[in-house]
Amino acid sequence: MSGPVESTGGKMLELQQVHTYYGSIHALKGISLYIDRGEIVTLIGANGAGKSTTLNTISGVLRPRSGSIAYEGTELTKVPAYHTVKLGLSQSPEGRRIFPRMSVKENLEMGAYSRRGQELKEDFQRVYDLFPVLLERQSQPGGTLSGGEQQMLAMGRALMARPKLLMLDEPSMGLAPMLVEKIFEIIQEINQQGTTILLVEQNAHAALEVSDRGYVLETGSIVLSDTSQALLVSPLVREAYLGGA
Amino acid sequence: MEQLTQQLVNGIMLGCLYALIAVGYTMVYGIIELINFAFGELFMFGAFICIALTSSEISLFGSMVGMPQISFFLAVIVSMLVVGLLGVAMERLAYRPLRNAPRLAALISAIGMSIFLQNLAQSVFGSQQIKFPDIPVFTDSAGMAKAVTVLGAQVTYLQLFVVVVTVVAMILLSLFVNRTRLGRAMRASAQDKRTAALMGVNVNGIIAVTFLIGSAMGALAGGLYGAVYHFARPDMGFVPGLKAFIAAVLGGIGNIPGAFLGGLLLGMVESLGAAYIPGGSQYRDAIAFVILILILSFKPTGLLGSPVSEKA
Repeated sequence: MSGPVESTGGKMLELQQVHTYYGSIHALKGISLYIDRGEIVTLIGANGAGKSTTLNTISGVLRPRSGSIAYEGTELTKVPAYHTVKLGLSQSPEGRRIFPRMSVKENLEMGAYSRRGQELKEDFQRVYDLFPVLLERQSQPGGTLSGGEQQMLAMGRALMARPKLLMLDEPSMGLAPMLVEKIFEIIQEINQQGTTILLVEQNAHAALEVSDRGYVLETGSIVLSDTSQALLVSPLVREAYLGGA
Repeated sequence: MEQLTQQLVNGIMLGCLYALIAVGYTMVYGIIELINFAFGELFMFGAFICIALTSSEISLFGSMVGMPQISFFLAVIVSMLVVGLLGVAMERLAYRPLRNAPRLAALISAIGMSIFLQNLAQSVFGSQQIKFPDIPVFTDSAGMAKAVTVLGAQVTYLQLFVVVVTVVAMILLSLFVNRTRLGRAMRASAQDKRTAALMGVNVNGIIAVTFLIGSAMGALAGGLYGAVYHFARPDMGFVPGLKAFIAAVLGGIGNIPGAFLGGLLLGMVESLGAAYIPGGSQYRDAIAFVILILILSFKPTGLLGSPVSEKA
């Protein structure tokens, strides 16, 4: 439960009435949410509620049919996916999506692809400090890493872009409980280093513990939003997402 | 012994030409899983453009037109550029609109493209075979190909040139794919286009670059092939195109060193088979297809290919 060290405040990202479809399936039914600079905001909800769809709509992998996404003065719905990372938005995607036949180091270099010609030494150092195991594995192909290591690589890769807003999609999925705890500690550490974070999680308890505010998604709509402390004690959230009582 | 060395020399040179076209097949397959059957026709255009540029005049649409008669080396470079751009245009018009369609649709589009380009060449250059001008550097005053004798085999300067150019092209290509930022983006796009886009890679741009390189390599092969065999004809690309496809499958489709290896092996097996199997020269082309059938039956991933299921 930690807030940002220094909240410069003000809205960084704002979604208004975003509708996204998969063919004829109405996946997001008018999502509106915002993230202030320096915050950790979490989206919680069941499988298929639209959490990943929301992230993919923000990053431009999916296009909304209507609605607006304002990020630092730019309308993202008109920006191609490959350009959003240049604006300071990076994503650790669902299922990690490591490049399996590229080495750990090359995966990290791909993370910094948008920063053409810049010195990356410090960034490698930062990632290796956060995830020492990646340094040991740096010349190994990404596809040979364990699930937990791949998760760290996906987060490290997203950090290599030096994002202002980091979007993490299910960072705890499939990890051993000890690792889950570690990952959430690292998420807080990244945030304290000055990165705003949008966190999508099925592990609602852990996500609410580390975040400032949260939104609850159900079948493509936001049904509840509040500070994370309030959500942790809300009867609806306790009932549906924190295993009752 | 002399015959063996001679056949090996011929086989290596032929194999190099197959390898240059196979690179296009393998790179394009690696990134969009399409067998672009039109590479054979791009190869053919490479030969025609070289002839056109090195001649003093040529028949275009049935009427003689004066030509600049530039050097062969410059002509090859120009034809690589022109055909490279033709390949980019082909991807844009015939394949990109079908990117998310079933794979069979794109394959049929490729076959259509191949037929279209053959007919285009027929209407521009005529359907007759035209002669490739002699290249001064490789020809002596009597009009014979300059050659050296190696282990009893006649190796022409042109054959040596083909081998050197191919080896250099392969090395440059591997360095490009493995060591450069763009090459890394190409490999990332081949493995996972959506994630590559999230990293900031303009995947459509990368696909265009892939077609540019693959097509330019095909044109290089065409120019060299035309020079070696002294001709160009609108249907000349069909069989070498298929052979290069077999070379790519043999080496492991999607794998660049595999294309080189597959091309060399195919060229040598074909030459040796034609020389040593009784009546073998009539079955030259059949040898390649027998290899294709054997590879697909026993090692469909090819010699250097990785299993298809390798995805994290």
